[in-house]
Amino acid sequence: MYIRDTIAAVSTPPGNGGIGIVRVSGDRAALVGSTLFKPIKNGGLVSHRFSFGTIYDTEHDQIVDEAMAVLMCSPHSYTREDVLELHCHGGWLVVERVLALVLSCGVRLAEAGEFTRRAFLNGRIDLTQAEAVMDIIASESDSALQLAQQLRGGVLSQRLDGIRALLLHGLALVEAYIDFPDDDLGHLDSVAILTAVDDARRQIGDLLGSFEEGRVIREGIAVLIVGKPNAGKSSLLNRLLNENRAIVTSIPGTTRDIIEQKINFEGLTVRLLDTAGIRHTEDLVEREGISRTLEQIPRADLVLAVFDASADFTAEDQLILDAVSGRPVLAVMNKCDLPRRLQLPGSELFLDTVDIAALSGAGIDLLKQRVAARFLTGRGDSRDRVALSRARHRDALEVAARHLATFGENFGEQNLELLALDLRGALEGVGSVTGQAVNDELLDLIFSSFCIGK
Amino acid sequence: MMTYDQTYDVIVVGAGHAGCEAALAAARMGCRTMLLTINLDAIALMSCNPSIGGLAKGHLVKEIDALGGEMAKNIDATGIQFRILNTKKGPAVRASRAQADKQLYRLRMKRVLEQQDNLDLKQGEVTSLYLENSQVRGVEIRSGIRYLSQTVVVTTGTFMRGLIHIGLNNYPGGRAGDQPSIGLSDQLRTVGFSVGRLKTGTPARLDIRTIDLSKLETQWGDSPPQPFSFNTERITMPQVPCYIAYTNGRSHDIIRGGLDRSPLYSGVIEGIGPRYCPSIEDKVVRFPEKDRHQTFIEPEGLDTVEVYPSGMSTSLPIDVQIAFYRSIVGLERVEIMRPAYAIEYDYVDPIQLYHSLETKLIANLFHGGQINGTSGYEEAAAQGLIAGVNAALRVKGEEPLVLGRSDAYIGVMIDDLVTLGTKEPYRMFTSRAEYRLLLREDNADLRLRDIGYRLGLICEAEYASFVEKRQRIGCELERLSRTRLQHTEAECAYLSGKGLADIQKGTTLEQLLKRPEISYEDLVELDDVSRETLSGVREQVEIQTKYKGYIDRQLEQVAQAKKLESTKIPTTLDYNSIKSLTTEVREKLLKNRPGTLGQASRIPGVTPAAISIVSIALKSSSWKELAH
Repeated sequence: MYIRDTIAAVSTPPGNGGIGIVRVSGDRAALVGSTLFKPIKNGGLVSHRFSFGTIYDTEHDQIVDEAMAVLMCSPHSYTREDVLELHCHGGWLVVERVLALVLSCGVRLAEAGEFTRRAFLNGRIDLTQAEAVMDIIASESDSALQLAQQLRGGVLSQRLDGIRALLLHGLALVEAYIDFPDDDLGHLDSVAILTAVDDARRQIGDLLGSFEEGRVIREGIAVLIVGKPNAGKSSLLNRLLNENRAIVTSIPGTTRDIIEQKINFEGLTVRLLDTAGIRHTEDLVEREGISRTLEQIPRADLVLAVFDASADFTAEDQLILDAVSGRPVLAVMNKCDLPRRLQLPGSELFLDTVDIAALSGAGIDLLKQRVAARFLTGRGDSRDRVALSRARHRDALEVAARHLATFGENFGEQNLELLALDLRGALEGVGSVTGQAVNDELLDLIFSSFCIGK
Repeated sequence: MMTYDQTYDVIVVGAGHAGCEAALAAARMGCRTMLLTINLDAIALMSCNPSIGGLAKGHLVKEIDALGGEMAKNIDATGIQFRILNTKKGPAVRASRAQADKQLYRLRMKRVLEQQDNLDLKQGEVTSLYLENSQVRGVEIRSGIRYLSQTVVVTTGTFMRGLIHIGLNNYPGGRAGDQPSIGLSDQLRTVGFSVGRLKTGTPARLDIRTIDLSKLETQWGDSPPQPFSFNTERITMPQVPCYIAYTNGRSHDIIRGGLDRSPLYSGVIEGIGPRYCPSIEDKVVRFPEKDRHQTFIEPEGLDTVEVYPSGMSTSLPIDVQIAFYRSIVGLERVEIMRPAYAIEYDYVDPIQLYHSLETKLIANLFHGGQINGTSGYEEAAAQGLIAGVNAALRVKGEEPLVLGRSDAYIGVMIDDLVTLGTKEPYRMFTSRAEYRLLLREDNADLRLRDIGYRLGLICEAEYASFVEKRQRIGCELERLSRTRLQHTEAECAYLSGKGLADIQKGTTLEQLLKRPEISYEDLVELDDVSRETLSGVREQVEIQTKYKGYIDRQLEQVAQAKKLESTKIPTTLDYNSIKSLTTEVREKLLKNRPGTLGQASRIPGVTPAAISIVSIALKSSSWKELAH
């Protein structure tokens, strides 16, 4: 529900930072500004001009903070409503107090994402852009930010517009031959139709292919570290995190819970999951840990199987190989600074491996690169790449792709009516991402392409 | 001004294709009805092409027939060439088309009107509506009579302020040879209607005795000819051919040479013409790369030498016309019997109508046909029928008939017209129907006959034969779903001959019929009962079985769309109070005043974001407070 009241929130991240911004949006924004903010220079706030001054608590007759303030009058603001931003010193207490003052002026605390929602409802941004802004707020790595900014700039919309134009062209050809059978249109131009539709189908395929990469960039990947006890899982994790988060001891089985940590590999957000060592055990708690590990394996985007390269291959190592069989795996040969004794069975000849020494840090950068390379395929420059990152977009394009597949099957029959139906289905799929319908554009296209009429 | 001593229930102004259907529908529904025309000898006259039907138009004619209108029966009785178009492109885009004997067509319609109970036919030019407090109470005609009525249906075609153009000469006329209607559109403008100007045109009529037919391709119709009406058993009129000719480079040079005297290109004509029905000069200018344009030379009747060259309409001066037509191979010595001309006329933007075709401004006043900005006899007749039905329902105090977009092409057309309005002559295309697979010619009776019967437009005998057909279709579908192949030698041999050696024993006839290689005709070879099935039933069973998957999918879409359609927007909704709408969208919504969210979503420029805002506004309590 959209009631046009005035909302406010702290729009910088929680914690103590150099600067803290309180943002206000709605009809009361200007009033809040004139009530709380006292510019050093005479005169009130001028739209789109920063003013320096103080935030003043009239009730307690005291200055709360020195601050910069900017008022952006409707419609030239992020939400298209009047927006006030108060840039305070970043101390958390100060920001909290400023927000409390703002809220005391008849302003409501904004819900999560409400500024963006208003921007969307006020028509400033379309649905794909709105989703992208949410992503920017939530981005956790440079790549995710870049991707989100591409979306906001409408790159996806442009790509979809291109696909739409191709499909509309194909549909216009089909519809012209349906609606104007007695007009001298020549033979049905199957080649032109197929060319346009195939091009669209290929582009949709590319976008769908990029979905996985898009999701990886946006959500990050889940990397599960498994290995027999004492193979060096926790040392590896610590090395990757550069701090002692998990307990590292030489008593096998000390890591019993799954520990999740987010880190950044080469611009890729990685959620590292450390696990209980996998071995045969009677210890109930540890068994519970192991079964949790096994449950996690299918959910991980990548499993790092850690082996002790300085020890012989054991039944426990085999247990691990069996558990990760068929999953994306990178075999990490730890302790490679010690004499090598480990020999993987011949059946694992093609296992992707990397040698490291977790304690010294040798090979860690290579490991990071190898992980990132698996997910960021780097098809061309990533800045040119439009990755599809929302499940909603993927679903809509999959609908389109399904219709185009039926189109392919129906094409030989030359049943124009069904071909038109397939193309319309595909167009609706594509249009549902950006919210465009087919309507009159089609007729415009037919009349501009064909000389029609009795 | 004399006031006539009798008060009518329904007065219909104009006896073209819309007016005839409107008057017949109202009279058949038991209303005292009068049909007024400027010329009693020009009832149901085909002012342009002597044909009925074609893509989407044939669909409209079948729907008119299913609802109890007259057009289909009239063309069946007077048609001289029948063709089914698009036979190989799918069942929903198959369409009927027929050439008419123009004079017989009009005479038969006049006879039907004359024989209709409750219907008075009178000649007179309506100069104004008789209004009282934003309600129509009757009409006034030039000869000084005021006729009173409860409702009025206006179907004036091209007559309101009609202006005929031949080259740079122009003169007032409703159609070549007829007076225009002067005064009525001025009054409509004065009471507040937005009245616009459209243009259309017609080719010259040629003397077939001066055409060398041996140089042209001959095109015959289908044999046997298939009728339009669900109640016509067979076509009994003699059938004649059309001829196909082509323009050439020299023709185009002649056209280009005359453009300086074209009213279209010199700016004399201000009305907007149809893009799908361009004049030959338009075609030559817009598609300079085309080295020829096709024309069908269509007969105007059995007992006349006049023929109609389709697609060759023009408003160029007569000397250019003569040179142009004579440049066509086979027409070197052709004599023009009536010149080609363009005509401008007033129309009333249909956005000012409810879905019932009643005007929003004046109660009990209905508009149908070209006055609503449409073109085509079929489009006109369909609207006339709905306007006549709704005028009659108003008289009876009943709810109006509104067909939905998933019910009929008629529903699509009227919804397009009243929600979007039109700036150019509107013609029906199958591509305008989002549920095209459901709106087929063949099932128009299944879609609409019940409605026609309820309205009282279908006689008992016709309805009984429909009910029987529907029941047979149901039985046959059921039978096919439970009759299984026995795998006899004869069956296997027949099926392998069709390339279907792999068909399992126990396959039902329904499953078999779904195979692309199999038609109902093949079932006749395999199964004794199928042999007995009537052809209308066969057709339905085959289509419904083969296209079941697609049909079901469209039905699902209809169900989904119904949700948006069923969200009503109160007429009192104050769009100005919804601040988050952009000015552009707000203006569109204020102008169109959509009745439902579904209608709003079809207005160009109304974005999905705007729809969600309106939908939010409808739900929000703050708006509800505003509304009361």
